Parts: sequence; C-alpha cells; structure tokens
Amino acid sequence: MAGLGLGVGVLWLSLVVLLPMAAVVVSGFEDGAGTFRANVTTAEALSTIRLTVGASLLVTVVNAVAGTLIAWVLVRDRFPGQRLIEVIIDVPFALPTIVAGLVLISLYGPDGPFGVNLVGTRTGVVLAMLFVTLPFVVRSVQPVLMAMERDVEEAAASLGASGVTTFRRIVLPTIAPAVLAGAALAFARALGEFGSIILISANLIGKTEVASAYMLKLVESDDPVAAAGVATLLLVVAVVVLVLLDVLQRVAARRGSTTPRPAGGAQ
Amino acid sequence: MRQVLRTIAVAYVLGLVALPVLTVLRSTFADGVGPVLDVLTSPDFVGALRLSLTVAGLAVVVDTVFGVGMAVVLVRHRFPGRRLLDAVIDLPVSISPIVVGISLILVYGTDGWFGPGLEAAGLQVIFATPGMVIATVVVSLPLVVREVMPTLEEAGTEQDQAAQSLGAGPVARFRRITLPTIKWALAYGVVLSLARSLGEFGAVRVVSGSVAGESQTLTLFVNDNYQEFGPDAERAAFSAAFVLMTIAVLFIALIALLRPKETT
Repeated sequence: MAGLGLGVGVLWLSLVVLLPMAAVVVSGFEDGAGTFRANVTTAEALSTIRLTVGASLLVTVVNAVAGTLIAWVLVRDRFPGQRLIEVIIDVPFALPTIVAGLVLISLYGPDGPFGVNLVGTRTGVVLAMLFVTLPFVVRSVQPVLMAMERDVEEAAASLGASGVTTFRRIVLPTIAPAVLAGAALAFARALGEFGSIILISANLIGKTEVASAYMLKLVESDDPVAAAGVATLLLVVAVVVLVLLDVLQRVAARRGSTTPRPAGGAQ
Repeated sequence: MRQVLRTIAVAYVLGLVALPVLTVLRSTFADGVGPVLDVLTSPDFVGALRLSLTVAGLAVVVDTVFGVGMAVVLVRHRFPGRRLLDAVIDLPVSISPIVVGISLILVYGTDGWFGPGLEAAGLQVIFATPGMVIATVVVSLPLVVREVMPTLEEAGTEQDQAAQSLGAGPVARFRRITLPTIKWALAYGVVLSLARSLGEFGAVRVVSGSVAGESQTLTLFVNDNYQEFGPDAERAAFSAAFVLMTIAVLFIALIALLRPKETT
C-alpha cells in the first residue's frame, strides 16, 4: 500500500515537475554550451538579468528590515486596528498577481490619485516586488518573536543596556535565522515574479523588462532554447543565493540561542 | 521610540497594500454599478469565470488527493531519495511561474518530449485545459503538502499502530484516524491552494493560448482586457479584478477563521 502510494507520487512528481525541470536545463544546452552562452549574453538578456537580480536583492534587503520591524510591532505593541493590519499583511499572498499589478497601476499609474506616474520606470518594478514579497519576512519572524522569553531582555535592560544594544545583542541573534529564512523566500519570489510587474513595468526593453517577461517573449517568438537558457541561468542564481542564505542561517542559528526553529513562511 | 516604530510599521503596510487596494475600488465603480454589471454578465466574462472555476476545481481535487498522499508518504516512511522528494515538491514555489509553464511546454508541447506521442493518441495537453490544470497543480500542490506534513509529524503513529494491531485495514485507519487528525490543516491547505489556483496567472498564461471565451481564465481576462486599452476594456479589466479581489478577501477571512483551530 505504502509502496504503491510512493510509486504513484514519485511518478506524478516526475511527470509534472522533475522531467519538465530537467527539460529546461537540457533545452538550454541543446545547441551546445556556445549557444547557451550566446543566448544569455545578448544585450537584452544581460540587461533583463541584471535588472531582475539587482531589484530582487534590493527588495529582499528592504523587506527583511521592514518585515522585521512590522513583526516586532505586531508582537510587542498593542494598538487599535492591529487586527486589521494583521489581515492586510496577508493580502499580497491571497491577491492574484495580475490583480496586484492592476492595483499598483491604478495607484501609481497615469490616473493615480497622487499624480505620480511610475509606469515604465524601474521604481515601479521595485514597488511591485516590494508588494508581493511583504508577507514573507513578517510571517517567518512573528512566531519566533512570540515564542521568545522576555526575561533575558529585561535582565539586559536592568543592567543598563540601551534599547538598541538589547535589540542587537539579544533579540537579533534569536530572530536572525527566521529573518534569513523569510528573506530567502522573498528573494526567490521576487526573482521569478511576473504578474504583478508586467502592467506597471510596461515591459520596456533594456529598461524595465524583467526576466520572466523576457522568457515569455522568447517562448512566444518560438525560441524555447533561448528561454530555457535564461531560465537555467536564473535557476543557478536562485540556488547560489538560497544556499548562501541557508549557510548564513545555520551560522546564525549556531550563534543564536536555543529558541525553536522558525516555522517558515506561509507560502 | 515605540510610537515611532508603530507609525512606521503601520504606514508601510497601509501605504504599500491597503491604499492601492482601495484605489481599485474607486477605479472600478467610477461610473457607478451599471457598467460593472454589464461586464459581469458579458459572455467573455462568464466564459472566463467558468473556465477558472473548472481549472481551479480540478486542480484542487488533484492537490488534495496527491497532497495528502505525498504528506503521508514523506512523514511516515523512510526511503532513499526522501530528502530529494521533499525538496522537489517545494521547487515550483521558488521558481518563476513562467519557467513552470515553459518547462511543461518543453515536455508536453507540439515539439516537446512527449507532445507528439500524446497528440497521436488524440490528447492535446498544451493550449488546452489539461495543460492549464497541470500548470495550476504544479504551483499549488506544495501548499497542501506543507500544511498537512507538520500536523502528521506531531500526531505520530501510535494511534495508527494501535488500530492496526486491532485489525483495522488501511482504508479504515485512514478514514478513522489520519483524516480526523489532519482535518483542519487539510482545510487550511485546500483554501490556500484554491486561492492560488484561482489566481494563477504566469504559468497558465504560457500554456493556455488565451482565446477569449475559450481558453481565457479570469486572470487572463484581466490582463488581456487591460492590455487592449480603451475605457470599456479597462472597465472590464477592473470589474474582473474586483471579483477576484472579493474572492481573495473571502479567502483571507476563511484563513483567519481556520488558523486558530489548526493549533488546537
């Protein structure tokens, strides 16, 4: 019975995930390593990869800081309307990405209420990425902060440590693994984001075209080999960054205290 | 200090998320309710809604069956390659939905590895409903597996073994012991995967072809109409987006209801 279940499960995963992913890498190199290199180093490919990776890194850092702050306020502070903020945090997870795109363009587009037009700007791309990755760090840090005993912090404060010192020496080491875990999820999400970006980016070649949009264009103009090449390169970038963050997370966990591991992001 | 932090956090969340969402309401109902109702009763919208419900419905059924199956196998059994399997399930969450779509085309498309063979057998996957369902399942399956696994791990296997020693068969054990244990986690996972399935855009965009009234889901309807420009097309996009947003808000409320139960 278990053997049968395992067999069916593995077969299914192979058919819809493993084989297709292998096909991406194989196709990327189908016409040789030379073609692969040529495909990922065209001017357009280079600029879209540079934009996507750069913006993803920026967004990851911003939301790692903002997410930690929001989690802190939500756990340690009590104020009216707090429940509402809790619910709003989940909106980017639940909202379909294309709706998120429409949401952003209606606020920061040509008809926006503030007269700020971010359509076709890199700021717009970054904003869309900030929107969709907001919940990751918040949701990964929150449970750790909740489980954290406050006696050590109180001891530090009573011994004369300032708020900043207490945070840096006591709170931060404890929550660092959770921050990094959330950051890793956010980075991966930003790197592959498509739906929320395409409307506000207006897909300007060499300026606001992100990797996902570029790959879609390649497939639709019947060049799946080039699309697979870019996908493979992005896969490598994602793996490198995720491994790096994982290593950092382990180091932080070892240096931090004995608090339980974070539960991970909601997604 | 506390006041400052609180203000920054609240302002960031409101400015980044709440404000834009409210602006969509304003854009949708700029000319009153009438034009919005016209869109919601148009054949293209109804067709898109029906297709979205069909694809998401089928995907969630597959997610539930395979998600629970995978979670049980991963938690209760030890076998070589288990860690790899565990990692592969998560893979689609951390890569671009466009890449998911492309990967399916490379295997099941007309020039793909299996495409010609399947087409010869009369089964078209890409640019047809099966492809859209598969793409949706790939991106939403991890949500069910990840919700069910921790609950199963926590519950352990004592009850199951006790039932087995008393002569209960695998079906009875699953129905009487496993299912009641994971009930709430499963409900939570199913809601998450349903939300994701209805909202999936990138992967479906690649494998659908997006013909209005035929292979256009709600999210594609929003995109295609918005890209068309013109006030009518724009209103159509906003109206459909409003429907998707309302569904999303309902899901969030449902999730908020399910979450506390999960911990008990």
